[in-house]
Amino acid sequence: MTVDTDIIPLRISRYTEGQNTDGYDEYMVPYNEDWVVLDALNYIKDYVDGSLAYRWSCRMGVCGSCGMMINGKPKLTCSAFLSEYYPNPIVVEPLANFRVERDLIVDMEEFIHKLDSVKPWLIEGDSVPPPDQEYNQTPAQLAKYKQYSMCINCTLCYSACPVASNEPEFIGPAAIALAQRYNMDSRDSGKEQRLDILMANDGVWDCTFVGECSNVCPKGVDPAAAIQQAKLDSALAYAKSLVMPKRAR
Amino acid sequence: MHPIRHDILIIGGGGAGLRAAIAVSQENPDLDVAVVSKVYPMRSHTVAAEGGMAAVIKPNDSFDDHIYDTVSGSDWLADQDAVEFFVETAPSELIQLEHWGCPWSRDSDGSVAVRPFGGMKIERTWFAADKTGFHVLHSLFQTTLKYRSLQRYDEWMALRLLTHDGRCQGVAAMELRTGRIIPILAKAVIMCTGGGGRVFPFTTNAAIKTGDGMALAYRAGVALKDMEFVQYHPTGLPGTGILITEAARGEGGILVNNKGHRYLSDYDLGKPLPIDHDDHPKNRTMELGPRDRLSQAFVHEQTKGNVFEGPHGTYVHLDVRHLGESYIEKKIPFVRELSKNYGGVDPVHEPIPVRPVVHYMMGGIDTDIGAATTLPGLYAAGECACVSINGANRLGSNSLTELLVFGAQAGRNAAKFAQQHDISGEKELLAQTQDEIDRVAGMLGNRLGDERIADLRNIMTSALEEGAGIYRNEEGMQKACSTIVELRKRSENLKLDDTSLSYNTELTSAIELDFMLDIAETVAFSALRRKESRGSHQRTDFPERDDDEFLKHSLAYKTDDEPRIEHKDVVITNLPPAKRVYGEGK
Repeated sequence: MTVDTDIIPLRISRYTEGQNTDGYDEYMVPYNEDWVVLDALNYIKDYVDGSLAYRWSCRMGVCGSCGMMINGKPKLTCSAFLSEYYPNPIVVEPLANFRVERDLIVDMEEFIHKLDSVKPWLIEGDSVPPPDQEYNQTPAQLAKYKQYSMCINCTLCYSACPVASNEPEFIGPAAIALAQRYNMDSRDSGKEQRLDILMANDGVWDCTFVGECSNVCPKGVDPAAAIQQAKLDSALAYAKSLVMPKRAR
Repeated sequence: MHPIRHDILIIGGGGAGLRAAIAVSQENPDLDVAVVSKVYPMRSHTVAAEGGMAAVIKPNDSFDDHIYDTVSGSDWLADQDAVEFFVETAPSELIQLEHWGCPWSRDSDGSVAVRPFGGMKIERTWFAADKTGFHVLHSLFQTTLKYRSLQRYDEWMALRLLTHDGRCQGVAAMELRTGRIIPILAKAVIMCTGGGGRVFPFTTNAAIKTGDGMALAYRAGVALKDMEFVQYHPTGLPGTGILITEAARGEGGILVNNKGHRYLSDYDLGKPLPIDHDDHPKNRTMELGPRDRLSQAFVHEQTKGNVFEGPHGTYVHLDVRHLGESYIEKKIPFVRELSKNYGGVDPVHEPIPVRPVVHYMMGGIDTDIGAATTLPGLYAAGECACVSINGANRLGSNSLTELLVFGAQAGRNAAKFAQQHDISGEKELLAQTQDEIDRVAGMLGNRLGDERIADLRNIMTSALEEGAGIYRNEEGMQKACSTIVELRKRSENLKLDDTSLSYNTELTSAIELDFMLDIAETVAFSALRRKESRGSHQRTDFPERDDDEFLKHSLAYKTDDEPRIEHKDVVITNLPPAKRVYGEGK
């Protein structure tokens, strides 16, 4: 602790199933300009109220665990500095558009299923190199999908997405970006299988292109662009299917 | 109590655990595999590895060179048979990962690119910009999704190994969402829980790195090997301890003290070449020396008053400005992002403040070259294990490779073991689970306690930093040992604010503290008994390496009192112990 004068209030959403603890608790936290919101949460847990529950791990913006709503906006708490808010109070809530399990912890299972559903692995084609040899992939080919490979699965984009809010089944920005990550990888041959999934109900056509997902993405993945591209790909695939029987493609 | 059953149970869903899971399916697709992880697998700390992954791939490289670099880097404490296996298996493992989609950075001809790394004579570090661990982990995780025989238990925490008939046959694990503790029985168990850097106050390690798996094996009677060897990475950001990758130096970054001097030249690491020299950075020289020597040099600079003073302690400068913005963005963009966010500087325009930070445990669960422990049915791989290929000092970019090579070894060998053994003595296994349920209920229900977790944790981490830091002596280590013994008693008196069962993260913190005290005691007591200086273990009272007495691994065994420390010989094949030489003009 540096000086004992400055404090910043944190209003934190609380919830424990079966207990009458719903609502908000307010905590006065010493203000330190180097601190992020996660540091403030850790301070509370360590010294004020050990019952506060939240997820965190790497504290450097790469594990994707600590996403929460901060003053109504989805953010990684390890990257949101108190100085952005001080001296005003900070309201911390669980990520929107997810079911709350406990305090600031939300249910991630649906999201994991959505990721899984787009077959996010390299689907081999006919020309697999022998086991002692790598695929050839030029820097330009790598650059085509690299951005979409940067998703840390923090799910901030689901919290920002107006469609995800209304249609919980929508497979959503991160999963579509991940599908495109493989679709655009020169080593992959699974695009046709994935487009079938992306074109289905709850797929890319649900997106109304508000673009909030890309605005909140902490890693610059631009899922909105991935969705647009997937729409284009699936429109082309659909047009193709009208003129050619599926097997012949 | 209804147990869950699987053929193979893997504890930990990071790089080693996921590679092991795939290896089991490759060995025998009929075996059903479970992965228990206290976080969703893509949150595992493998995600934070940055610089790269070593394997011989280019025509100018050779297995012999990688072996020599690793053994000399280890200060001859690595087992050479294991290093040979590791080096020779590494290329196929990395190519396999490439076939699974890892987005390796490429040369213009489309082959995988390699970069120089500390202590390596030849460039052999594969990389995906400077988020290598992130890409490795996500590639592995996504690849596991296609194996439908794999059952994941995400956010389940392993509490105790279940043993019967002299074999490890499962684990008592807590589902964090509900708090229920369930026995998960298996014919073979693979421990892949990573390191325990959180026993120190200033570490690159994520919050989850509390040495759980090491402690579980230790409690089950398996030795923890070489625990005194703790790696300080020379370049962490002051305050947070966030890692600035060695790749920054591999790409040409330099270390400079407060006099503007490239001080490493004063520490037997060779002569500095000008930054615009064609041969800069020179391998195994200066900034590309090994981590132990670089971190030790910092301490000497600090003693001489050649370091900067800041609000978060002393530091030196890591300067990459001469690389230029576009090169920095291409090769080390994460260094820039982290420096801007957490270091308050843009490395394109300013040097980065850095200081040594606890990064890696060379020690761990005593395993053999097949990833087997001395407890039949229990295997271990990754940072939680100690084969040992890292000896007294690990080289940067060997650890990600180790996850794959020995994760796969563990998976294959556990699969063979599971085909020859069945679960036996279920009653006993359930009774052990019940003991664990009672123990945890006791922690949860201790209304009379008056100790806070954070207080004890702070005392523990300070004790280790003071007693078992970069330079050590008898008195400091004795003090650390007695502090840890005292903390063990005090930890029985913890008071928890949280009484709920669902996501009781205070309870999990208490359990983690308990694990960490085990790790801390093995570090301190093993260090105390090693009366020499080797690699990362430097004693001011015994400043020389002593091969006659200590060319040996330390083995720490759990007892009711302080740990029992034994020693065993290092395997030497082709490289007899010699002086470590870095830099030119020796």
